[in-house]
Amino acid sequence: MALSIGFWILAIVSVVAALAVVSLKNIFRAALCLVVTLVAVGGIYVTLSADFLAGVQIIIYVGAIAILLIIGIMLTRDVQQGSPTNKFRIPSFLAALVFFGVMCFVFLGTPWKESGLTPVAPTTGPLANKLFGDDGFLLTVEIAGVLLLAGIIGAIAMAREK
Amino acid sequence: MVGLEHYLILSAVLFSIGLYGVLAKRNAIAILLCLEIMLNAVNIALVGFSRYITPTELTGQVFALFIIVVAAAETAIGLAIIITIYRSRGDIDATKIDLMKW
Repeated sequence: MALSIGFWILAIVSVVAALAVVSLKNIFRAALCLVVTLVAVGGIYVTLSADFLAGVQIIIYVGAIAILLIIGIMLTRDVQQGSPTNKFRIPSFLAALVFFGVMCFVFLGTPWKESGLTPVAPTTGPLANKLFGDDGFLLTVEIAGVLLLAGIIGAIAMAREK
Repeated sequence: MVGLEHYLILSAVLFSIGLYGVLAKRNAIAILLCLEIMLNAVNIALVGFSRYITPTELTGQVFALFIIVVAAAETAIGLAIIITIYRSRGDIDATKIDLMKW
């Protein structure tokens, strides 16, 4: 029951903050609303009993990605100009609406085979076994490390002063 | 009682909001903000499937972790590109960056 109340509060907060991100004129305030959305999504991970992922969400998204975006906004000094929409506002809205309708039709029409098992409670240890154990995702972890290294080097090479 | 459908509908709502923002915004950084919303929506769907369809396996959460890794790399590269464009053109309006448009 407490889980349901938490879900509804977090869902409403995340959707309202996401709407604020796309509708606010001031890009800086939009970025701060994005932080609210990210924190609410982290709470939703908690209601899904994904505690490790909630911590990762707060540390990486709120702590790193959102701060990076805010620094980017400050560096480009476009706060006064705001974030106007282009001339495809109505078609974009219709496209998003059609997409939402199709997804709702699929989600509500599919007979999901829900399992009645209780989920594993602290996920950190089992997640580590899943990532690094036999039949795990060890190669993918290595590739992710290479991807991050390439991303860092590429970002430095592109953004540094000539 | 909250079930799998609730999480999937929430995911679809957030993804649609992000999709509208990505298509309709002119500021390149606003487009990046909306991309983050879309990635988060996908993560909610993955973790929801992991929780309700296969609660003892954690494969969906592993996928969500890798999406977060890719999102971090994407944000770093995207901001580097935007800052480079701002430095050379003095503007990050996505409708005016049309040098390669035919």
